[in-house]
Amino acid sequence: MGNKQFDNHLGIVGWLGGGRWGLERYLYILHRLTGLGILMFFLLHIFASSVRMYGPESWNAAMAILKNPVFKLGEFFVFVAFAFHALNGIRLILIELGLAVGKAEEPIFPYKSSLNNQKPLMLVVMVICAILILAGGYNTFFGSH
Amino acid sequence: MRETAYWAWFIIAAIVILVFAGLHMTVMHLSVLGVFNPEGGAVTDWGNVAFRSQNQFLAFSYIILLGAALYHGFYGLRTIVFELGPKKSFQDTFTVLLWIVGLILFGIGTYSAIAAKALETAL
Amino acid sequence: MSEKVYNIIFYVRRFDPEKDSAPRQQQYTIPVEKGMTVLDGLHYIKQTQDASLGFRFSCRMGVCGSCGMMINGKPGLACNTQILDVSETALTVAPLPNFNLIRDLVPDLVPMFGVHKGIQPYIQRRDVAEKENPSMEYFQTPHQLEEFLQFTYCIKCGCCMAACPTMATDREYLGPMPLAQIYRYNVDSRDDAGDARRNIAAESHGVFNCHYAGECSAACPKGVDPARAIQLMKKDLVLRYFGLSKHGKCAHLHKKPDKSSWKPKVEAPAFTAGK
Repeated sequence: MGNKQFDNHLGIVGWLGGGRWGLERYLYILHRLTGLGILMFFLLHIFASSVRMYGPESWNAAMAILKNPVFKLGEFFVFVAFAFHALNGIRLILIELGLAVGKAEEPIFPYKSSLNNQKPLMLVVMVICAILILAGGYNTFFGSH
Repeated sequence: MRETAYWAWFIIAAIVILVFAGLHMTVMHLSVLGVFNPEGGAVTDWGNVAFRSQNQFLAFSYIILLGAALYHGFYGLRTIVFELGPKKSFQDTFTVLLWIVGLILFGIGTYSAIAAKALETAL
Repeated sequence: MSEKVYNIIFYVRRFDPEKDSAPRQQQYTIPVEKGMTVLDGLHYIKQTQDASLGFRFSCRMGVCGSCGMMINGKPGLACNTQILDVSETALTVAPLPNFNLIRDLVPDLVPMFGVHKGIQPYIQRRDVAEKENPSMEYFQTPHQLEEFLQFTYCIKCGCCMAACPTMATDREYLGPMPLAQIYRYNVDSRDDAGDARRNIAAESHGVFNCHYAGECSAACPKGVDPARAIQLMKKDLVLRYFGLSKHGKCAHLHKKPDKSSWKPKVEAPAFTAGK
């Protein structure tokens, strides 16, 4: 028998689901996607907002371009991404600093894990995130712009 | 220990961003609350923008936010890229590249924040 | 009274390195009664339908960690999983991902064991002479034991490694099992070699590449909760970085009291003969 093993690593698809499609797995994926999205926006934002140092004429000219509804919608998406990333980030900071995972305890079937410990936190975070998204949406589409 | 240091400051930067970008988002996207928008109207009207650029606290906070966000974002990008399995030589080069690009962007952003603040006396 | 018999289809991932370039699926239908585990099902297939089916098993009672595999998309132990708990019609069986595949349902776990060996999974102490030739016990309270007891239940089955998203792409990542075991030994008050293991954990592709997807703890068939160990490890590393850690003292030697001179309260007869 030869040593021709098959490489069974899931690759980047494995970031999406390696077994149980738990909500925490989706939050992990979304956190990465929103982070990358915000980063890409941010790099452009540094240059766009720098235009203000050239005075009101240059600034108003730049704003005229950005008044396009496509940009307005994009801005809303950035706000949504930020709201999610920030709130999930709060949850992750608490978890990854060991504050929301509970103490080690002898496993007795049916097993509970740190996933159970962080469920209330996850719920609160998602609710606040939803509220902020609704508030931001109201502001973008119905506010004074 | 270096990775611990990178990660610890990444978390600290996250908290800084929470505070200052949270404020920024409140100003820009919860404008019904009217925070730092003395002229009313659109948040991006020159009057409001000029007010915020020349406000001592806000100019300072934009620079802090810039630094923290660049560090936080680039550390995140580095983590994602490293998890895709590049060689050690690429990892080291990429880290140095991110530091250089990050510091350049920080320089550009800080320069424009200071220049915008100085505009009051220039006009 | 006879149990109801279900006819259940097993979609099994097969791979023969001599013949196949990539895994393929093969279908088997087997009669299932209540109480049959997935491992029982695989044995039935091998004995009555297809003797070429390859899979690992040993204890068939959930303590050896040999039969880890993907059952209907979730990693688990085949011997621990009731077929009827999964499905009454059909289920898929596949080898654990994120390992190289040797054949059929048999993953190559040797690299995982190698990483585990590299984290020094044994108690180390500076007083080597005492450790090699022990004269007395090390003193450890039940509270100290509880801090790491959960993580000793690990049977190295590899289910957590299969479930972890970072393991899917990052070949250098230590993985949930070795990282949890690093924490298990560092927090064990009898151990002294924390610094060496912490350096391994705090490296690139170490503990900070865990982002709490939580799948490892969800998949673990023994309730070990590696995700908890890893986050507690991060907390420990950050506290040490800022010099805020309260270093516990290493467990001291405990001389048991000399009971040879104690007298019993009740004099019992030396022996009782049948009367």
